[in-house]
Amino acid sequence: MKRWLATCLLILCSLHAEAAIEVYQFEQPEHEKLYTQMISELRCLVCQNQNLSASNSALARDLRKQTYEMVIRGQAEAQIVDYMVKRYGDFVLYRPPVKFSTALLWFGPFILLFLGIALLIATLRKRKESTNKPLSDSQHKRVSELLDSGD
Amino acid sequence: MIPEIGHIALIIALVMAVVQASLPMIGAQQRKLEWINLASPLARGQFLFVAVAYGCLTYSFIVNDFSVRYVASTSNTALPLLYKVSGVWGAHEGSLLLWALLLSAWTVVVSLFSRGIPLLILARVLSVMGMISIGFISFMLFTSNPFVRLFPAPMDGRSLNPLLQDFGLAIHPPMLYMGYVGFSVAFAFSIAAMIDGKLDAAWARWVRPWTNIAWVFMTLGIALGSWWAYYELGWGGWWFWDPVENASLMPWLVGTALIHSLAVTEKRAAFKSWTVLLAIFSFSLSLLGTFLVRSGVLTSVHAFTTDPARGLYILVFLVLVIGGSLALYAWRAPSLRSIGQFSAISRETGLLLNNVVLVAMAGSVLLGTIYPLALDALGVGKISVGPPYFNQIMVPLGVPLFLAMGLGLTLRWKKDSTSRLSKKAIIPMGLALLIAILLPLLFAPEQHGLTFIGLILASWVALAAMIWLLNQGRSPFKLPASTWGAVIAHIGMAVTVTGITLTSIYSLEKDVRLAPNEQYSLGDYQFKLIGVQKVQRDNYVAYQGTVEASERGEQAMLMHPEKRTYLSQSRPMTEAAIDPGLFRDLFVALGEPLGKGAWSLRIYHKPFVRWIWLGALFMALGGLMAALDKRYRRLSSRVEVTV
Amino acid sequence: MRLRTVIPLFAFMLLAVLLAVGLRLNPREVPSPLIDKLAPGFILPTLYKQSANISPADMKGKVWLLNVWASWCGACRAEHSVLNRFVKDHQVEVVGLNYKDGSREAKQWLKKLGNPYAKVAVDREGLVGIDWGVYGVPETFVIDQQGVIRYKNIGPVKQQDIDETIMPLIVQLQQGNVS
Repeated sequence: MKRWLATCLLILCSLHAEAAIEVYQFEQPEHEKLYTQMISELRCLVCQNQNLSASNSALARDLRKQTYEMVIRGQAEAQIVDYMVKRYGDFVLYRPPVKFSTALLWFGPFILLFLGIALLIATLRKRKESTNKPLSDSQHKRVSELLDSGD
Repeated sequence: MIPEIGHIALIIALVMAVVQASLPMIGAQQRKLEWINLASPLARGQFLFVAVAYGCLTYSFIVNDFSVRYVASTSNTALPLLYKVSGVWGAHEGSLLLWALLLSAWTVVVSLFSRGIPLLILARVLSVMGMISIGFISFMLFTSNPFVRLFPAPMDGRSLNPLLQDFGLAIHPPMLYMGYVGFSVAFAFSIAAMIDGKLDAAWARWVRPWTNIAWVFMTLGIALGSWWAYYELGWGGWWFWDPVENASLMPWLVGTALIHSLAVTEKRAAFKSWTVLLAIFSFSLSLLGTFLVRSGVLTSVHAFTTDPARGLYILVFLVLVIGGSLALYAWRAPSLRSIGQFSAISRETGLLLNNVVLVAMAGSVLLGTIYPLALDALGVGKISVGPPYFNQIMVPLGVPLFLAMGLGLTLRWKKDSTSRLSKKAIIPMGLALLIAILLPLLFAPEQHGLTFIGLILASWVALAAMIWLLNQGRSPFKLPASTWGAVIAHIGMAVTVTGITLTSIYSLEKDVRLAPNEQYSLGDYQFKLIGVQKVQRDNYVAYQGTVEASERGEQAMLMHPEKRTYLSQSRPMTEAAIDPGLFRDLFVALGEPLGKGAWSLRIYHKPFVRWIWLGALFMALGGLMAALDKRYRRLSSRVEVTV
Repeated sequence: MRLRTVIPLFAFMLLAVLLAVGLRLNPREVPSPLIDKLAPGFILPTLYKQSANISPADMKGKVWLLNVWASWCGACRAEHSVLNRFVKDHQVEVVGLNYKDGSREAKQWLKKLGNPYAKVAVDREGLVGIDWGVYGVPETFVIDQQGVIRYKNIGPVKQQDIDETIMPLIVQLQQGNVS
């Protein structure tokens, strides 16, 4: 199964420097902007790891066309996303939706940062306490040795 | 015959690695001098045999020995010599051999520059590097042997992917591997220090130059990869957040944190266990990246042929190396007491903040990279995590990092005061504010909040570094190389951030249909299609377009985008024409014929895109200067501080 | 040993377990969101009779298969004999969806390799394919009496898939055991 998919995919899009360039006409610049954004944020399902914009696979072409038609019909981003997700699932989105299963994904980085900063503050506090304790003579000696060792 | 010699040499190298990993380590525990002394000669021997194996494989490539399966699958007779030599590391098996070669080379270099390092520590360091070598060589021999024969031998080989027939890409993997492998030195020193239970300023002084050099290679490797993707993949992107790229970015981020944390460990004997943890992390992430790329658990644009057996093997190796070192850390780290005192406002705190943010960034990249895998493993469904996610996460994380970066150099060790700091910060911050407001007003086609943020952070970092350099109280030219290194690296980061900001916000892109002599204007530039003709080259045929690009009435220049069909391939490839410039790149790619001589073209105007890689060059230069600082050459005058 | 120094080890072990599970997964197979949903409707011409239309609504009350195929698809050739045997062995109708193909090539292909299909719908533009979330031809859907998609096989159907998954499911559906 895996091997079949691999070969099939190789045929479909072995090289990624070959994306087709279709020339779509837009009468409104917002439409063009939305189209460009959508095809860069939607994933080509058959490719290794590429968005619709960079892929030349037949499916990517079809989906670009579909996206274009929806855009000029005046559909909003949410509608296009909904259309794609209904057919291909969340996998098609490079910007994962915020929901329960992706909460850790979206908030994890900031939790990580805050944990790190909390740890930093805790360390600083602890240090402050230990600074208040007077150093013994031998500790003094070691500290001055260390200071000398630095440039 | 030659491939068999290579195969045997690899087996001998494995045996030597086993001895190198075991005897010196045991010798160091039991104080057996003769076993300890085996470490360096064994490291050299191992290098010699890996080099022989590597030479044999290269030879098989050069003489077109297609009876070797690996050669048959990655090379062919028509391939130019340069790409035959670089084809050695063009696929999975050979790139592992390159890894092993570079690892054994680093080991030898460490053993050569070991004056002043106590024998016990050196023996342990070389032993740990030997253990890593066992992992890689046996991985090759048991699952990915490059010397396996093919019978009957084919007349000609399958060609190297034309995308890979490029100089930039040919030297990209060795650079990157030098970085990955280089982090193993700091890793090995950390393991040695933990076994020893002793970690002092001298230790940090041994480790710093190695780490810097590894970081320099990694910086260059990543920049090269990005530059290659930009001009060769043909779509004007320079970073795709692909798992392969993330695999190199994570160790780079942690390695950057390590460089800074080592500075504190050297100068202030603080952060000891933290530094050791970062050293373990940076190498572990290098290994993890190898796993992610080669096991097939993630889909990436760069697909190595995947095989579950290989994945399992690397996973076991990961568990042994990373799990083992983290277990050792859990056990020994509490004994690595830091004694350096510092107050809440000090350079130590600044560097800790830098470390926290960099590690949070690396953690976020890891999270985004493996999250789809985690959801899939839990059976919750499949998702994709791509550029929109990473961009959205990394920008807010970058803000505190760059704010701290500007202050970092100005901060004093041990204790500083807020009033002194704010006095020092006011000039660069004021100037940065001016730049961030004025430049876009004067030059930018439209105003954007992110331009302001990017520019103010970049100019703040660069100006703070420059002003700090001038305020050193000495002539800048008499300052130590490491001071210059820090300043240049910081400026480099500012240059890269400027490039990323401006190119992300102000790039113009358009797909157009042009008939001959029709023109289209994009921003200040006019693009006119002169015509498209068919050209024949050695190993491809191409449609070559001629496009005349001109800036507001200035002299026009000709650009030649191509659509090539290589003889060994059936599908055409786009070869974009790029007109590079310090302040903007023009980029034209040829699409499809649309009848009546008209073609579809993709045109980009990418302002400041070169600054992204220019900044990386600065960073690498800075890292190199820091590594070559005079004080590391006085290693023999060793300072031993028992803690 | 302090708690703080053990955390990295625990975190890594968690990651290692995850990676071990990951090794057994296939990152390429994307599950369809259409499972257990009403099959998307279409009205398409058939391959052999342009004027005749076919729609999933015609199949109401039956358990049937929709097989997406094309003459340009190499993997379809591999599964074709399996499908031929399947329709011979079992009383289940298979509707073909000829996806982005030329009708001459498609007819030739069926003539040469045999025609397992009760009917062949022609989806020249691939629009129905998009509606059904087709991304890798061949794909095979199992649809129940109420017109709900119950299963999707991505890639060529193998005899093993028929014996172990598809046929047991069909039997269950026909007996009305699945709610």
